[in-house]
Amino acid sequence: MLAPVHHVIGFTTIIRERVLPVSGHVTARLQQKVTAGDVVAEARWAREHVLLDVARILGVSPAMADRLIKCKVDDQLSATAEIAIGKGLFPRTVRAPREGRVVAAGGGQVLMEVGEAKIELRAGIPGTVTQILPNRGVVIQTSGALIQGVWGNGRADSGILVNLIEAPDTVLTPGRLDVSLRGSVILGGIIKDMDALQAVADLPARGLIASSLHPSLLQKARETRLPILLTEGVGVLPMNSAAYKLLTTNAKREVTVNAEVYDRYAGTRPEVIIPLPISSEPPMPREVETFAPGLQVRMRRPPAMGMIGSIIAIKPGLTVLPSGLRAPAAEVKLENGETVTAPLINMEVVG
Amino acid sequence: MPSSLVTGNSLLAIDVGAANTRAVLFDVIEGEYRFVASGSAPSTAEAPIRDVSEGARNAIEHLQSILQRKMLDSSRDLILPSQTDGSGVDGLVVTISAGPSIKTVVVGLLKDVSLESARRLTESTYARILDTISLSDQRKPDQQIDSLLRTRPELIVIAGGTDGGASRSIQKLLEPIGLASYLMPAEKRPAVLFAGNEKLAGDIKTLVGSLASSLHFSPNIRPSLDIEDLDPAERELAHMVVTIRKKSLKGVELLDLWAGGHTLPTAYATGRMVRFLSNVYGSQKGAILSVDLGASSMVVSAGFKNKSVLKVFPQFGIGENLTGLLNYTTIEDILRWSPLDIPSSVILDYLHQKAMYPATIAATKEDLVIAQSVAKQAMYLAMQTARRDFPKDAAVIKPYLTPLFDPIIAGGGILSDASHPGQGLLLLLDTVQPVGISTVILDQNNLLPLLGVAASQNNILPVQVLESGAFLSVGTIVSPVVSAKYGTSILRAKLVYESGVEAQVELKYGSLETLPLAIGETGKLSIQVSHGADIGFGPGRGSKDIQVSGGALGIVFDGRGRALDLPSDPVRRRELIKKWNWTLGGG
Repeated sequence: MLAPVHHVIGFTTIIRERVLPVSGHVTARLQQKVTAGDVVAEARWAREHVLLDVARILGVSPAMADRLIKCKVDDQLSATAEIAIGKGLFPRTVRAPREGRVVAAGGGQVLMEVGEAKIELRAGIPGTVTQILPNRGVVIQTSGALIQGVWGNGRADSGILVNLIEAPDTVLTPGRLDVSLRGSVILGGIIKDMDALQAVADLPARGLIASSLHPSLLQKARETRLPILLTEGVGVLPMNSAAYKLLTTNAKREVTVNAEVYDRYAGTRPEVIIPLPISSEPPMPREVETFAPGLQVRMRRPPAMGMIGSIIAIKPGLTVLPSGLRAPAAEVKLENGETVTAPLINMEVVG
Repeated sequence: MPSSLVTGNSLLAIDVGAANTRAVLFDVIEGEYRFVASGSAPSTAEAPIRDVSEGARNAIEHLQSILQRKMLDSSRDLILPSQTDGSGVDGLVVTISAGPSIKTVVVGLLKDVSLESARRLTESTYARILDTISLSDQRKPDQQIDSLLRTRPELIVIAGGTDGGASRSIQKLLEPIGLASYLMPAEKRPAVLFAGNEKLAGDIKTLVGSLASSLHFSPNIRPSLDIEDLDPAERELAHMVVTIRKKSLKGVELLDLWAGGHTLPTAYATGRMVRFLSNVYGSQKGAILSVDLGASSMVVSAGFKNKSVLKVFPQFGIGENLTGLLNYTTIEDILRWSPLDIPSSVILDYLHQKAMYPATIAATKEDLVIAQSVAKQAMYLAMQTARRDFPKDAAVIKPYLTPLFDPIIAGGGILSDASHPGQGLLLLLDTVQPVGISTVILDQNNLLPLLGVAASQNNILPVQVLESGAFLSVGTIVSPVVSAKYGTSILRAKLVYESGVEAQVELKYGSLETLPLAIGETGKLSIQVSHGADIGFGPGRGSKDIQVSGGALGIVFDGRGRALDLPSDPVRRRELIKKWNWTLGGG
């Protein structure tokens, strides 16, 4: 049976596509070295539109209004610019209510886009631009450690990783945070209360890597400007030992937290990248595995949720689980020495 | 039995679900179509594979290993038609429920008339309504344009105007849609379904035809103020959904090619089967109900005498949308179904974790209790919502209760995977809350939608498979509507078996009782009621010698009252739930 893979890898080649939500302009060059915060592409996006019903305002037919309209598509108009002037002794004038661009004209109407905003697409990971996607974005390649998370708040930044946890189940408290941590990426543990989360935001830190977050704090985490990545999920869950070991051994290194929102269809996942010097290009991570004895797995549901173990044997056929359900299953030796039988669908390969 | 009309064609049916993909083989055995076997594999619509055909191939391979019959060639393409060496199949049909809910905007002239009909039409498929536009919309056209550009709908459903009625108003409503579509990149433009005043077809083509990714027409769903006819539009919408999925999910195009265009959304295929059953059996047994609780959505399909109702509720699916369930209910309402004392924080964590990994299953007893409590509340909400659209003239005992349904067909993972039929039955009794006398059938292999899509290629197959025993009869359910004190006797029943042996039961208010009657057996049931209990024959009226069929649980008497009122004391409630579980053998 095919197995999903959760990447916690000490050294690998990482390739990521970064794409604008709308067509725009790519500012990065091929082979350019970028940091996570560098802008690689930008686009302009009209936040609002204004529809002017010229025919109705001037009290004429749409065909007549079309003849009176002075602007055409793509014209940039300043606020109060004349759009059309009516006929008669005291003609009425239709003016642009705001500065903007004409995007459609016809049928006696003019549609303008106004309130233009600029979108900046940041690299998200440090590395080298290996491909330009015209008008859309870039492909970036880097090498180093990769730790995937399961939840992110959609932001990205880099900084020096500071470890504030002594064990995978450490709870982050505001007392652990002081001004010396400003500008760093904090490796916290379990976030149980608003005070701890607020204290990280107030520093401000450049990023927060936590194992889990209380559900009531999700909205606040989404709104917080620094990237927040959860390795395990929502609730009170200790960090899996593989991520814990890799992150704590890389403390004091420059890390990038790309806390992308997990999108199961697009395949985007939040991740921590720790760039490392290379002598030769390491292999790319495998996206899919087949369950087999010897593979390291992470449990995604009780019992032993979040724990890492090693598959001892794949059970033949269907196994009756303690719940009474029947499913393909495997015997897994957990890192605490205990052996459990768990359905394959509840596991993901770590590697 | 007359000689078979069947020419010996085998049919493979693939159901691409959000969590699992199944491959089911139907073939001719002794002159009649039978369900042969089913293989399954995890669905692959999501990353990293992002190609639903891979999951389909894996499911077919599983089926091959069960049957020792080759269906895929060395390139893993389906062997079609079957070969002289016995490999391959003669036909393929596909149903699909995988994929995110389709972002939809609904447009109607009048809020309570055409807009309401358009909403009901949209709820017949895997859609999420993000915005509605009607004449009573207070927004200016440019604000509507901005809203459309923000929501980027994949589908716009438009209704409005009685046949021969208003045309200018609907044109006015369409202007912002045409302009917003014009501003979208060509590949992001929505598909548009117009199901309004048929005389406006030409105008619609002019206004939005060149600006929609595709423009579809169906007969007016509201031809007059007092008539609503959704069926033709539901059919058109089903085909549009498949087209949208072909664009958004890799592999759907290939499967549809193999299937020669015989692909339908799973919910629509289920609805088609329920309509068929209602036409064939409806006159004998009354309205028919099908409930299917899946990872992507909850589907309720009901066939009444002159009307069918199909409701798809992505918001009540027990997969990726679970975190949104709390927008419709509370944790306390979920916990009321639990026989164990579980902290609310555990339920909250469960909702988030299950939404993150929708395909995972309950491995421990406690996890199963949580999963079933959540599923019960989701199904309860779906039934309550669906009931609003049941026809006003449906046969009922009380207007505020579930109409009289017989049979009730249940499918979906949580029901068909239940470790004991009693668990699945209690889930149904608690949430559907049937009244009167009904038979309950468990679609343990989730065949109903597959038979619905198979009917488009082979109209004999569904009938023969239905009558072949591929569905599990759970039993006959007797649910009196009565108000009494807990422990009061409300019903006495006598069952006379074919052998002449008799069995009797006394039902007390607040309890469940069973009488054994095995699958395939029949018996005659006589019922006497007291305290004005109504089992569908009128208050206080029993009946004699009702012909009943057996099932895995025999005859089940549900004396817990309608609407089901659980004790507010949590300790007593949990004890009762344990007792009810135990009575139905669910442990």
